[in-house]
Amino acid sequence: MKNAMKKIYLILMLFYLYAPIMVLVVLSFNESRSRVVWGGFSLKWYEDLFTNSMILDALKTTLIIALVSAAVATVLGTLACLGINRMRKTPRTIVMGMNNIPMMNAEIVTGISLMLCFVAFGITLSFKTVLLAHITFNVPYVILSVMPRLKQTEVSVYEAAVDLGATPIYAFFKVVLPDLMPGILSGFLMAFTMSLDDFVITHFTRGAGVNTLSTLIYSEVRRGIKPTMYALSTLMFVSVLVLLILVNVRPQKKTDIIE
Amino acid sequence: MGKKTFALPYIVWMIGFTIIPLAMIVYYGLTDNSGAFTLDNVAAIMTAEHSQALWLSLGLALISTLICLLLAYPLAMILKSISKNRSSLIVFIFILPMWMNSLLRTMAWQTILSNQGILNLLLEFLGLPTVQIINTTGAIIFGMVYDFLPFMVLPIYNVLIKIGQDKVEAARDLGANGVQTFFRVTFPLSMPGVVSGITMVFVPAMTTFVISTLLGGGKILLIGNVIEQAFTSGSNWHLGSGLSLVLMVFILISMAILAKYDPEGSNVV
Repeated sequence: MKNAMKKIYLILMLFYLYAPIMVLVVLSFNESRSRVVWGGFSLKWYEDLFTNSMILDALKTTLIIALVSAAVATVLGTLACLGINRMRKTPRTIVMGMNNIPMMNAEIVTGISLMLCFVAFGITLSFKTVLLAHITFNVPYVILSVMPRLKQTEVSVYEAAVDLGATPIYAFFKVVLPDLMPGILSGFLMAFTMSLDDFVITHFTRGAGVNTLSTLIYSEVRRGIKPTMYALSTLMFVSVLVLLILVNVRPQKKTDIIE
Repeated sequence: MGKKTFALPYIVWMIGFTIIPLAMIVYYGLTDNSGAFTLDNVAAIMTAEHSQALWLSLGLALISTLICLLLAYPLAMILKSISKNRSSLIVFIFILPMWMNSLLRTMAWQTILSNQGILNLLLEFLGLPTVQIINTTGAIIFGMVYDFLPFMVLPIYNVLIKIGQDKVEAARDLGANGVQTFFRVTFPLSMPGVVSGITMVFVPAMTTFVISTLLGGGKILLIGNVIEQAFTSGSNWHLGSGLSLVLMVFILISMAILAKYDPEGSNVV
C-alpha cells in the first residue's frame, strides 16, 4: 500500500515534469500551425527546419556560446579550485563567497549589471559580450563540482609522484587530473546545460542581430511560435535522451564483468 | 599540488565581471541622467504601480516556494528510497528536461492551461466544470512551481541521502513512531537542504519576468517586468537600476531571515 502510493506520487510528478515536453513533441508533428487544433500528422516542420536559416543560425550561436563558455569556465574554474585549495581559511571563505554571488543573485540583476558595465566601459553589446556573460555565470558551477573531488584527492599520491622524480606538471597530469576528471566533466556538462537554457542574461547582454534559440523564441512569442522550433527542440531532446541512455548503460555492463 | 596563484585569473575575472558590474548598478541606481546623486530611483518603488508589483511578486514567490516545498519533500524522500546508488536517475528526471528550452516548456503550459486547452478538454470529457486559469496569477504560480521545482528537490535529496539510516533506526528503537521520527529526526537534519532549496526557488520566483509574460498574458506586472521594461521599452536605466537595488535588498533580507534556520550555515547546492 505504502509502496503503491510512492509509485503513484512519483508517476504523477514525472507526468507533471514531462507533460509540457510531450505537448511540444506532439505539436512538432502537427500539420496545423495552431497550438490547440490537431490538423493531422505531418513532417513538414522537420523539413522546414533544414532550410530555416534564422533558426539554424540561432542554433549555431547557441551551441558555440555553450561550448566555448563551458570550456573556458572549466579551465578557469579548475585552476581556481587548485588555487583556492591552497589558501588559508579567511581568503578561501572570501573567494568562495564571491563565487556564490552569480548563483544566488537574481538572473535579471546579473544580466542588467553586466549590460551596464559593458556599456559604461564602451564595449559594444555583441556576440562577445554574451560569451563573457555566460563564462561568468558558468564558472561557479564548475567550482562547485570540482571542489568536492579535489578535497577527496590525496595530496600524498601527488607528493609520492614528485618524490619519485616526476616534474610537478607531469605529476599533475598523470596523478591529480585523472582523479579530478569526473568532477571536471560534470562541471562542464552542468555549465553547458546552463548556458544552453539561459534566456535572461543573454537577453540583456546580446547585441542587435545576435540571437540564441532562447531569445529567438522570446521574440516570436507575440507573433506565435513557428512549430519548426518544436521540431528542433524535439530533435535536441531525443538526441540527449539517447546519449544519456548510452552513457548510463555502458558502465553497468563494465561492473557486471568485474563482478 | 598547485599554487595559490592559480586562482588569480578567476579572482580577476570575478572582480571584473561580478563585483564591478554590481557596483555599476549601485552607481546608476543612485544617480540621475546628469550623474548627480539622487534617491529618486530608489524611492520610485513607493509609487502605487511599483509597490503593487513588488508585493505581488513577493506574494506569488512565497506561495510558489511553499508549494514547491510541499511537493518536493515527499518526492526527495521517495527518490532516496528507490535510488540508493543510481544518481543517473536523478539526472534523467531533472537535468534532461532542461535540454528542451525552458521558454518553450513554459509556453507549452499555455497550450495546456488555455481556455480551449488540453486541461479544459479533459475536464469537459470527464463532465467536470472547466477552469479559466490562463492569464491569471494562478497560471503564473503554476509556471513558477513547474520551472523551479528541480531546484527544491535536488538540495533536499542531496541532504537526505547523507542522513544515516542508523539515526532513523535509533529513533524507532527508542520508541518513536514514524511521524515522530520524521519531525524530530529526519526533518531537522534535512534543514540545510530545505533552506538552500527555499533560496533557490524564492529568488528566481521573486525576480522572474519571463513566466509572468508567457502565462500572465502581459497584463499582470511583477517587479521583474517593471525592471525589464525600464531597460528595454522605457530606456530609463537609472530607474531600472534603482528598482533593482530595492530588489537586491529584499533578497538579502530574506536570505538573512533564512540563514537563521540553517544550523550549519552551509549552502547545499
